[in-house]
Amino acid sequence: MKMSQHPLVMIGLVAAVTLAGRALPTWTLSLATIAASNALIALGIVVLARTGNVSFGQGLFFAAGGYGVALIANAWGLTDAVAQVIVGAACGGLLGLVIGPLIARYSGIFFGMLTLALSMVFYGALVKSTALGGSDGFNVGRPSLFGMSFTDPREADFMLYAVSVIVTGFAGIAATILFRSEFGLASLAVRENNLRVEYLGLSANRIISINFLIAAIFAGASGAFALMAQRHIDPQFAYWTTSGEFVFVAVLAGNQSVAAVFVASMALELVRSFSNLYLPNTWQLVLGVFLLGVILFLPHGIGSLWIRDRRKRRISATAPLTAERGAAP
Amino acid sequence: MNPVLSVRRLEKRFGAVVAADALTLDVPAGQKISLIGANGAGKTTFVNMVTGYLKPDSGTILLDGIDIGKRSPRSAAQLGISRSFQIPQLFVELTAAENLTVAISGIGTRMSLRAPAEAQGRRDKAVELLERFGLADLADRPISELAGGVRKLIDIAMALVRRPRLLLLDEPTSGVSAEEKFSTMDRVIRAVAQDAATIVFVEHDMEIVSRYADRVVAFYQGRILADGVPAEVLNNQEVRRYVTGGAR
Repeated sequence: MKMSQHPLVMIGLVAAVTLAGRALPTWTLSLATIAASNALIALGIVVLARTGNVSFGQGLFFAAGGYGVALIANAWGLTDAVAQVIVGAACGGLLGLVIGPLIARYSGIFFGMLTLALSMVFYGALVKSTALGGSDGFNVGRPSLFGMSFTDPREADFMLYAVSVIVTGFAGIAATILFRSEFGLASLAVRENNLRVEYLGLSANRIISINFLIAAIFAGASGAFALMAQRHIDPQFAYWTTSGEFVFVAVLAGNQSVAAVFVASMALELVRSFSNLYLPNTWQLVLGVFLLGVILFLPHGIGSLWIRDRRKRRISATAPLTAERGAAP
Repeated sequence: MNPVLSVRRLEKRFGAVVAADALTLDVPAGQKISLIGANGAGKTTFVNMVTGYLKPDSGTILLDGIDIGKRSPRSAAQLGISRSFQIPQLFVELTAAENLTVAISGIGTRMSLRAPAEAQGRRDKAVELLERFGLADLADRPISELAGGVRKLIDIAMALVRRPRLLLLDEPTSGVSAEEKFSTMDRVIRAVAQDAATIVFVEHDMEIVSRYADRVVAFYQGRILADGVPAEVLNNQEVRRYVTGGAR
């Protein structure tokens, strides 16, 4: 195991990033909170993408998490940030548990379109639901933490930043362990040849369903963060452009590295913020050019910057061996 | 002795094409049986039905007395049927050892979401399997960089992971050069012998058939044309006319 992938090192890194928030300016705190929240849901998309399936409808679970938390917060006065994240993850997870096994039998574009269709059905239902505020949505109160309320905006922002960085960081550690596990390897095998996986006695559908469930849990928790940051929820959470944004982060990151998801999410937020600031009328163009640049020069995502080097090193260590067996056909 | 595989009146049609026409066949334990026949004779359809990829229109397939005719490939694999493919079905972006590791993961009842894929026990087993085929030094090479013959052997090694009762090999020497075909087949037979699996292999090369098969079953238009020891079947007039074309 690489030193940088040791859980204790990763926990230390999460602690350092959390404490660094004390030194960051306030505007950076909210930007980093959004980046961490987006990274969490994009991480779920990456987990799922390792099976060869991309969800274009993660907004469904994002909204389920957000609405679940908002309804419980307003009905029972649940304001604790950690509890809200758990409730959001549970709402997303429950929905993923129902939908995952049904959708796992599809693949490729059908899988993507089905997820998109389901999220848009949910969006339509939310818009029509007057009890949930229709297209306007509704507001929720300020979150607390372990009984402490934060009236100072800077402290409230830091609390949210800290919770989002810690939760997303731990999700990243869990994903790193998952990627290295035998389940993670089998997920890559499903992406390449799911029929062969079945011939080996493994269930490709089950592997996809479990990855789908993990992605749904991450999306639900991310929805809770978005709710806490905005203190407002509306059907836009489930809209296809919201889902598309998360796929955008996942494409930028690639599916080879967990760290790349965080880098990609932060990079996207920075590009968006600065292009919005300096080029308010053409910021979407800047974003598009940025994505094109990554696709052209890093087709396997930002993560390929360091993963590619590792693979090259491993191959060069055994290079003489193929010469005598002949080259690949 | 009860047969490992017992097939009774197996039928399969694709529209007007009869791929299996009342096939009846017993495969005793420990035999090496070669299926021969021209293209479209029904050999691969037979293999696909036995391994659960295709469902027969009628008839029964019994593995150790258990009806597997309606089972999926996964279920058939769990019951002890493994196969290799005419075109190796490997995970080309993974290394040889990782391919074997995925196969090893299929043995347990549930996969770990935590235990590293490259845990020493699993890695040792993967390398040991590659060693049987003389490929241990290629363990860390991605499949995409390996030659066709090597891929073929790794495909067979993956099929052996579950220590199957019945191993079906679809053209194990196709794509292998004439100089290497016997050495390749020697490696396969030697590696499989350690698990004492029963082997059914589809083959077009009559030199391979006569050298390695205990028994030959000749297919023609979905029917069994002849069934017996190699010398007898390969000299059969109908087999010479419809299958081997007077080869040998």
